[in-house]
Amino acid sequence: MKDNPTTSRLSGSSNDVGDGQDQSDVFRGVSQSASRQEKGSDKGISSQSVPAFVAGMELADMADTDPRIVVLTADLASANRLADFGARHPERFFNMGIAEKNMITAAAGLASTGLIPFVGTFASFAALLGYEQIRTDCAYPGMPVRVLAHHSGMSLGYYGSSHHALEDLAAMRAVADLTVACAADGNQLRAMLRKSLEIRGAMYLRLGRGRDPEVYPDVPDDFVFGQAVLLRDGVDATIIATGSEVHPALGAAKLLLDRGIKVRVLDMHTIKPLDVGAVIAAATETSAIVTVEEHSVIGGLGGAVAEVLADHRLAIPFRRHGVQDEYVLIGPPAGLYAHYQLDPSGIASVVEQVCTAG
Amino acid sequence: MDESSTVDLQRLKDRALFVRLETLRLTRIAGAGHYSGTFSAAELLATLYYHQLQIDPSRPDWPDRDRFVLSKGHAAIGLYPILADLGYFDVSDLDDYTRLGSAFGDHPDMRKVRGIDFSSGSLGHGLSIGVGMALGARVHEKDFRTYVMVGDAELNEGQVWEAIMAARHFQLGSLVCLVDRNQLGIDGRTEDIMAIEPLHDRFNAFGWDVQRIDGHDVGAIVRAFDWLDDANPNVPHVIIADTVKGKGVKRMELDVGWHVGNLNDQDYEAVYAELVEGAR
Repeated sequence: MKDNPTTSRLSGSSNDVGDGQDQSDVFRGVSQSASRQEKGSDKGISSQSVPAFVAGMELADMADTDPRIVVLTADLASANRLADFGARHPERFFNMGIAEKNMITAAAGLASTGLIPFVGTFASFAALLGYEQIRTDCAYPGMPVRVLAHHSGMSLGYYGSSHHALEDLAAMRAVADLTVACAADGNQLRAMLRKSLEIRGAMYLRLGRGRDPEVYPDVPDDFVFGQAVLLRDGVDATIIATGSEVHPALGAAKLLLDRGIKVRVLDMHTIKPLDVGAVIAAATETSAIVTVEEHSVIGGLGGAVAEVLADHRLAIPFRRHGVQDEYVLIGPPAGLYAHYQLDPSGIASVVEQVCTAG
Repeated sequence: MDESSTVDLQRLKDRALFVRLETLRLTRIAGAGHYSGTFSAAELLATLYYHQLQIDPSRPDWPDRDRFVLSKGHAAIGLYPILADLGYFDVSDLDDYTRLGSAFGDHPDMRKVRGIDFSSGSLGHGLSIGVGMALGARVHEKDFRTYVMVGDAELNEGQVWEAIMAARHFQLGSLVCLVDRNQLGIDGRTEDIMAIEPLHDRFNAFGWDVQRIDGHDVGAIVRAFDWLDDANPNVPHVIIADTVKGKGVKRMELDVGWHVGNLNDQDYEAVYAELVEGAR
């Protein structure tokens, strides 16, 4: 088993921006201009690592021509780089302080006047502290609030479980009239932000820690919410991955090919509405399905796919892979991904087990 | 010159009675209803809608209209009749109140009821909605006002104080909070359950312009609204309206048992007569 060190989360190199946890990164964020330097630099940083916190710049560009866009954050403008928006459109940028509930509800009030608010904070606080505000004030009245839930999953590593969001997809998926999607990288996030203007009602966008490895070399202009992306085809199994697990899923597929297992990889970026057709096709055209998500195995992507398989009586070898029903260990993200088999080699072994057991 | 002297105060009193009588009628349809917290707000609702709000019932989406958020959404039973009376929808529509498939529930749904500026029901949210609306007015460079009516016991919700802080921070002079200070929560007096006083000092300490009035005196309510035109335009405004929960019906006044209740047929007639008599 050999993995490409530039794409592996296990490389352990402090220069690999997708791996370790540098506390200063979280609160300084990664500006777009800095990223460009890093990307082309010879400091040993993976050429496949790009900052995903492009929302500030992308929204600022969009706001140049769209007067409806406003942005709110809760004392995290530097961490999520929404400060990039504030610098260019200060009259449409609101730092609400550490008061997430007021922020999300106020965004709904702004939306009621005809604006489109983008609200950014850590996923754990957006989804779990602000859950009722998202449901009652954004989704239920049909307000076009876009929640940018960053540092999702366990990407805040040794900050611990208070700062992890491993339940947010399960919670959000149960809310009616709410679109739920996970960005695999910065380019897909750009596409999501642009296409979000065509979506009615509220939206929950789940982002990683801002330095996710690149899945899409360019902004995918053909992106459509609710339509999974076939990234790689195969017949022996399908890995259905979302958000931060799309890149390692592709790594796993390469490893499995070396072992003679041909794997289809679907980027199921939209958790709701789920691309049911893509799940049914995977169940009928390939021999097994493994869902992979940086989330609890309860109620998220795995739960959504399991519901489709059960509803359609598609009895094939199937595994929900993610974090079991537990609070995870303390440690840097790279160590956690390896421990919970959410890195390429870990995913590959899970898929191999499912294929051989089937 | 006191502007309130030119206002038809008798009409406002009459509309407050109308709110109470309609609350009786609609509660009878539902089988139970929030009488007492609606009776405490009757004069405030009537004065807002028949005197203060810059609105146009023929254009519920008019971008320049004043906004009203009923954060204490359980008083919607008193707001629906006003909206019908003003022409947002047919009065007869209310005959379906709370029935299966009705637009009119115990708490208001903006997607179902014309004239409702925002859905409410979960206490503690409304003032944050108002903060967003007032910020929206600023972004759109419009000068409409946003009025939010909160219940007194609702002030126990932490989110309200987040909104109070934000409103002052952003200098939202177009935001007006009305506190229906009717003394009671569901389980008893607010000061016994979780004290909220001294309210005047607390709002003052958060940098708000504070007035405290008799919330059943329509003249006082009109004067409090008039003050807004002369008050500091760079701070948010609160009108703490001292009211009586269940106002107008002796058996309900300050009796926690009538937060939600239902009158039998005989008592219905007696209470109806008491309200009409009391308004004379």
